[in-house]
Amino acid sequence: MQMPEPNPAILSRKADLVARLRTVLPTDAVISDPAETRAYECDALTAYKCPPMAAILPASTREVSDALRICHDMGVPVVPRGSGTSLAGGALPTADSVILGVARMNAVLETDYENRFIRVQTGRTNLSVTGAVEEHGFFYAPDPSSQLACAIAGNIAMNSGGAHCLKYGVTTNNLMGVTMVLMDGTVIELGGAYLDAAGYDLLGLVCGSEGQLGVVTEATLRILRKPEGARPVLIGFDSNEVAGACVSDIIKAGVLPVAIEFMDRPCIRATEDFAHAGYPDCEALLIVEVEGSEAEIDAQLALIEDIARCHDPVELRQSKSAEESAKIWLGRKSAFGAMGQINDYMCLDGTIPVSALPLVLRRIDEMSKEFGLDVANVFHAGDGNMHPLILFDANKPGDLELCEAFGAEILKLCVEVGGCLTGEHGVGIEKRDLMAHQYAPDDLAAQMDVKDVFDPAWLLNPAKVFPLEASEARRAA
Amino acid sequence: MTPQTEPELAEIIKAADAPLRIEGGGTRPIGGQTNGARVSIAAMRGIELYEPGALTLVARAGTPLEEVEAALANEGQRLAFEPMDHRGLLETTGTPTIGGVVAANVSGPRRVQAGACRDFLLGVRFVDGTGRIVKNGGRVMKNVTGYDLVKLMAGSHGTLGVLTEVALKVLPAPQAAATLALNGLDDTQAITALSRALASPFEVSGAAHLPGKATLLRIEGFAGSVAYRAERLATLLAPFGAVAVETDAEAVAAMWRGIRDVATFHGRAGDVWRLSVKPSDAPGIVAGLRGVEALYDWGGGLVWLLAPEGRANTIRAGVDAKGGHATRVRGEGTDAFHPLPKPVAALQAGLRQRFDPRGLLNPGLMARV
Repeated sequence: MQMPEPNPAILSRKADLVARLRTVLPTDAVISDPAETRAYECDALTAYKCPPMAAILPASTREVSDALRICHDMGVPVVPRGSGTSLAGGALPTADSVILGVARMNAVLETDYENRFIRVQTGRTNLSVTGAVEEHGFFYAPDPSSQLACAIAGNIAMNSGGAHCLKYGVTTNNLMGVTMVLMDGTVIELGGAYLDAAGYDLLGLVCGSEGQLGVVTEATLRILRKPEGARPVLIGFDSNEVAGACVSDIIKAGVLPVAIEFMDRPCIRATEDFAHAGYPDCEALLIVEVEGSEAEIDAQLALIEDIARCHDPVELRQSKSAEESAKIWLGRKSAFGAMGQINDYMCLDGTIPVSALPLVLRRIDEMSKEFGLDVANVFHAGDGNMHPLILFDANKPGDLELCEAFGAEILKLCVEVGGCLTGEHGVGIEKRDLMAHQYAPDDLAAQMDVKDVFDPAWLLNPAKVFPLEASEARRAA
Repeated sequence: MTPQTEPELAEIIKAADAPLRIEGGGTRPIGGQTNGARVSIAAMRGIELYEPGALTLVARAGTPLEEVEAALANEGQRLAFEPMDHRGLLETTGTPTIGGVVAANVSGPRRVQAGACRDFLLGVRFVDGTGRIVKNGGRVMKNVTGYDLVKLMAGSHGTLGVLTEVALKVLPAPQAAATLALNGLDDTQAITALSRALASPFEVSGAAHLPGKATLLRIEGFAGSVAYRAERLATLLAPFGAVAVETDAEAVAAMWRGIRDVATFHGRAGDVWRLSVKPSDAPGIVAGLRGVEALYDWGGGLVWLLAPEGRANTIRAGVDAKGGHATRVRGEGTDAFHPLPKPVAALQAGLRQRFDPRGLLNPGLMARV
């Protein structure tokens, strides 16, 4: 992975920079000792590491603004960081950058149940947003797997999804407003406690821009009343094709499950060995969850079972209780942990049209043999968001590179069948150099025009999203 | 000019040396007519892909909305964001296009539950003011590959580029629906009642208040579920009075079509304003304005006003004091769109400068350059 050469002129001014940052931030909020900045050398994409020049932990919008203005004036790149759970290297520093961590900004600023929103500082974790409103029976819908740790700031930067977004949408569909600091320190408000902000949809543009347009310090989030109940059904099939066809039929029938999760045989086996969830021995497995009152759940699950029966399932297990639901979800929820027990793995995130599911799974299987690396598939089938897990051995020379090459082929396949490189993890550095497979030069230029407007010096979150050669002239300008 | 293809459109824009007025069906002249040679996208029409099992539809921008809706209805599906038909309110004729719906981010009563047009927009193709053909997003439900220009294009009123193709997420149409009606509530009581219903787990898909007439809720879904939720909501709202339940499909559809299209204001003199505010602020904002008539949708989050001419400053002051924005949908003047705070206006102008450096595309719309 190529990263830009650190700028020696910036490195040489480290002492000056740190001193100036300390004039606007508390002493303990400016970290410059290499032993300590090391904690910020990578996010959850641990294959790539680079300690930053310094890290800062502002506690308010004002502090973020003051610190960014200093970095802007000195021409220092800034890498915003939520909780560092990005699987795409979205918060990977460069050696001449300052990490701006939002961890100290975790307050709830306002909860309004009548108007159904919460306003928080963005260092707050995803799960603790729900935690702040659940005693009133509400929840915040986007639920990325890392929700215990991941910050709202990162969710907004990456437009995070989750298992339940089939019904409730992803971050952008649940974000009503932000307070954002531009690289030059200007504070702006977009949207608020009302729907559809005035003017261009800058809120929609900012969400998913991977921290390259500004640092979001506060967010107004839509909260929803919890459903009366939820229960899943587990359905096993003896082929991926049939499972894929069943997904399509369920969607067409007018049921709107909150989640349709898919696991293939390698994944089922691994999780069984690990978690003993009692999954059937079959090629493909669906977990379909619906919500509502007891009677509403029964009616929906009955309809889903009728559809499934037309596809000759080898197993059909409807949950009748909270314990049974937990058992059905146990394997799915421990899938990543189970894989981690077997080997190192790389988690991909391409999205495909649901109709292309059987073809893509078959091709992945063929490529797995060509590359000599095993793959397990677990994904959000309702919206076509795949998560192939490629197993490799990080200690074996060349294996990571082989795994990355295999991953790139899978993602190109996703694009070929009408899908995209990433459904919810973001581009970061991981998929940066694949962008040209999805977008023509003019398509990328249009996106980079936006970057030029928000951050003309290209200082925010450098070297992410756009291939370096594509952005070179703009960065130098 | 009526280009047949995307490259033809690109040539027209490249060759242009004076402003262009971009038009879909010409049924939504929000913000007034702009000057310039008319460029109609109506000839670029047709559904290019529709996969009911994947809930996706891709259509060229000039495709008539009714063609899209008919194709969806054939498969028991629909556009969940329920785009309004502006013809009655704006006294226009013509054929609304799917591109026009997207360009104005037109959403109806279901916006409060399902989301806005922009939430269902998966991908776009457009030609910008330099003649550059750009694609963004795609046709899959989850896509975070690069910046989301899809959202940027929704509601940009053709000022950044001319849409040529849109990809939309569609949803199944429900088996049954019901309207619940309360009577005799003042605006504040009504919004409180609607908020209580919207904060319930009973999936309200419409929440409107027609002052002096009725306070209305809609629920949709499988028949058994609709009946169950109607009963639960009636119990929940008992403190506000007796709830009348209408389950006749035609009557429910007609009622919400009327709310969607603001039928109450059709054929009546005056300016029409559209306010987006925090629901609980809405009655107070309306009470502070003299001589206006109001209609509340989105649980109070959307207020339609029928107001005398020349009230822009008073209305905007009322909204600005609480937060939100106000657009004059019908009426004369160059200030139809809500003014933006300086740094936001600067970003908007910067984007416009990038995508349309010669100021060709609908130059009078949105904030003026």
